[in-house]
Amino acid sequence: MINLETPKKFGPLVSQAHQVATEVFRPISRKYDVAEHEYPKELDMLASLIDGMNEGSDIGGAGATGVRRESKDKDDGSNRNGSNLSTVLGVIELCWGDVGLLLTMPRQGLGNSAIASVATDEQLEQYGGKWAAMAITEPEAGSDSASIRTTAELDGDEYVLNGEKIYVTSGERADLVVVWASLDRSKGRAAIKSFIVERSNPGMKLDRLEHKLGIRASDTAAFILDDCRVPKEALLGSPEVDVKAGFGGAMQTFDNTRPLVAAMAVGVGRASLDETRLRLTEAGVEIDYSRPALGQSAAAARFLEMEADYEAARLLTLQAAWMADNGKPNSLQASMAKAKAGRMCVDVSLGCVELCGAFGYGENELLEKWARDAKILDIFEGTQQIQLLIVARQLLGKTSAELK
Amino acid sequence: MSSTTDRGMAERGMGFGLRALNRLAGSDLLDRIRLRKQVERALFQSTKQGFRSATAANRTFKAATKLGRPARQPRAKSSGLFDITPDDEQQMLQEAVGAFAAEQVRPAALDADAKRETPKELLDTASELGLTILGVPEEAGGVMPERSAMTAVLASEALAHGDMGIAYATLAPGAVATAIGLWGDADQESTYLPAFTGEDVPAAALAMLEPRPLFDPLKLDTQARKDGDDWVLDGVKSLIARAKDCELFVVAADAEGIGPALFIVESSTKGLTIEDEPAMGLRAATTGRLLLEGARVPAAAIMAEGEREAYVECVDRSRIAWCSLAVGTAQAVLDYVIPYVNERTAFGEPISNRQAVAFSVSDIGIETGGMRLATYRAASRADRGDEFAREAAIARKLCSDKGMQIGSEGVQLLGGHGFIKEHPVERWYRDLRAAGVMEGALLV
Repeated sequence: MINLETPKKFGPLVSQAHQVATEVFRPISRKYDVAEHEYPKELDMLASLIDGMNEGSDIGGAGATGVRRESKDKDDGSNRNGSNLSTVLGVIELCWGDVGLLLTMPRQGLGNSAIASVATDEQLEQYGGKWAAMAITEPEAGSDSASIRTTAELDGDEYVLNGEKIYVTSGERADLVVVWASLDRSKGRAAIKSFIVERSNPGMKLDRLEHKLGIRASDTAAFILDDCRVPKEALLGSPEVDVKAGFGGAMQTFDNTRPLVAAMAVGVGRASLDETRLRLTEAGVEIDYSRPALGQSAAAARFLEMEADYEAARLLTLQAAWMADNGKPNSLQASMAKAKAGRMCVDVSLGCVELCGAFGYGENELLEKWARDAKILDIFEGTQQIQLLIVARQLLGKTSAELK
Repeated sequence: MSSTTDRGMAERGMGFGLRALNRLAGSDLLDRIRLRKQVERALFQSTKQGFRSATAANRTFKAATKLGRPARQPRAKSSGLFDITPDDEQQMLQEAVGAFAAEQVRPAALDADAKRETPKELLDTASELGLTILGVPEEAGGVMPERSAMTAVLASEALAHGDMGIAYATLAPGAVATAIGLWGDADQESTYLPAFTGEDVPAAALAMLEPRPLFDPLKLDTQARKDGDDWVLDGVKSLIARAKDCELFVVAADAEGIGPALFIVESSTKGLTIEDEPAMGLRAATTGRLLLEGARVPAAAIMAEGEREAYVECVDRSRIAWCSLAVGTAQAVLDYVIPYVNERTAFGEPISNRQAVAFSVSDIGIETGGMRLATYRAASRADRGDEFAREAAIARKLCSDKGMQIGSEGVQLLGGHGFIKEHPVERWYRDLRAAGVMEGALLV
């Protein structure tokens, strides 16, 4: 039967994640926003704890771990609530605490998602338990990841990588970096593959760490790949350049991580709303759900409007994760969720700053920080515009050549 | 306006009066002396007296067998898992209603909108499909073993995909049956429900909305005064579907010493008048006002003994019902604009090849998805007996705001063609505005 509540069996996980957010993340939230580039050592113990949780349970843990599409042998009509949904629920709670800290959780990088999503069992074995960052963007290639210039050339049993990578989340702190590179630039997107590079590889040089608007607890690195040699086995997925299959292989990671970024946005949105509701209540503004919004104060009406957008984003996010759990194709819903959640969390967090005035704008509270953190969530893992493109192409049945 | 036209109309029996009115209307004297509003309003009031009518005579509502205690649909049980798939029965109903909406409702919609009338065959088919008795408990002749707000939402959504105005006309009697099934006592159920479970379902209305700005269903102008053992009702109720055909009303009124409450009022009750009230949309529902002037009903007419919780629940459930209509209509907009923008060419290619057009389609898809999930969540909570006031308010906010945007985008994407009645998007533009305006009238 139709039920859009948090599944009972994930109750303990959600409450654990919420405790971590409250007890671990929130108290150090401002500290690492101010001390950008300083490693949040408090997270080491937490990461071990979460590793323990992952091993001890089948619910997939609370962090941004890999998202493997569940394959069902046959559609027997049974309903599954699996690791996609539990991960999304955990991420929402943790990002209610602090999205920057979640992004720099040891061993919970987006590279880990990529590895978990497309790695062979041997690769999983070899790289399991390590912290993996993801390097896609280049100075001249952002959303247009098919036009990346980093190359990978086979030389004996090794690939040789050359190029420049920017915006590598956790690039400094991770053990591994999943690097996107082209096997043959004349073959376009089909030739783009991802390679696992050890952070200690002397061919991959840290160029700089960025100074950012938000998520300052998370390091954002730039690398130069200069004849960076990796073993043949470091290639993720198939080494064949299949022009027909195109970009699918590499992009599959995104289908799986978009709901996670949407979940981050939902978490930040709720943090702002929860705090604002508290402050409005103290200021004597009650939000009455049975009264028409327009019959209440302007502040209450605005709050209701933001809360409605929040709820739409949250439900779209849960839907996308639930579909992945049940082996239903969810590329459309994942992009819908990411688009809605990304814009919602920017609108909501900025709106909450406005409602709370100087209280919201000042650094004594976290509202202004959440409003700064929010913006990246409408950009990385596919900008708002890219999501709208993906949604439109699917709804309209258009190719990327027709609808550019 | 030319004088020939004036004369033509005048000669068709309207007489001197109309010609005089026209002259008055054309004069800028009124504007100069700031009397136009008052004069127009006075004119409207005096003209519409002509469209006033008595309420329909009601059948004799009589209990065949008395229920010993009120029958109620039991709560729906959940496995505790997140799930967006309708169950088998719900899917069957969805498909049946969807086919009805596509094959009969949509083709009739243009005409029904123009004539302000829903064809009787469509009303009958909707009753045959059981759409008006989803909220009637099985012991009272209903068809659903459990609480069925979710089922009603799915069916209403499918029906509104055909047309929102016709959906309103066909589902309105179900609001009365559902209200009695949820809050009626044994006598009220025994007396009134058999008429709804029989073959000739009466027109009936849950009359809550009042014609004033910032209407709040918890602060009603309509008063119910205690007089001896009776209640005496005074007030005006707005935008009632098929008002002049209604045989039974459930009227929301502020009960003396109690607060807002629901009253069962049969249409033959003295002191009731119907006034035609055409509106921007929902025209197929032949909307009208119900005027209550000293309408006297017995003490037993009050529902749920005037409990506030029941009344608030009624407000929230009706909001979910209007959301389901908005979701179905928004989906209709999406389904209509997709082939249009793909086929329409400009500057040598389909207009959907342009991001400005394509992104607008994406937004319609995204917001319709959000509206739908929020509505489902509210309804499924209601079925399980969980609190749902917040969820209903959120669904309403989304369906009101985004629904209106979607209605507007639908017309915009068709450009000038969207403004012409040849395409349904202009009707959806008018209808979708209703989701944020209506209170009561429908119930899940």
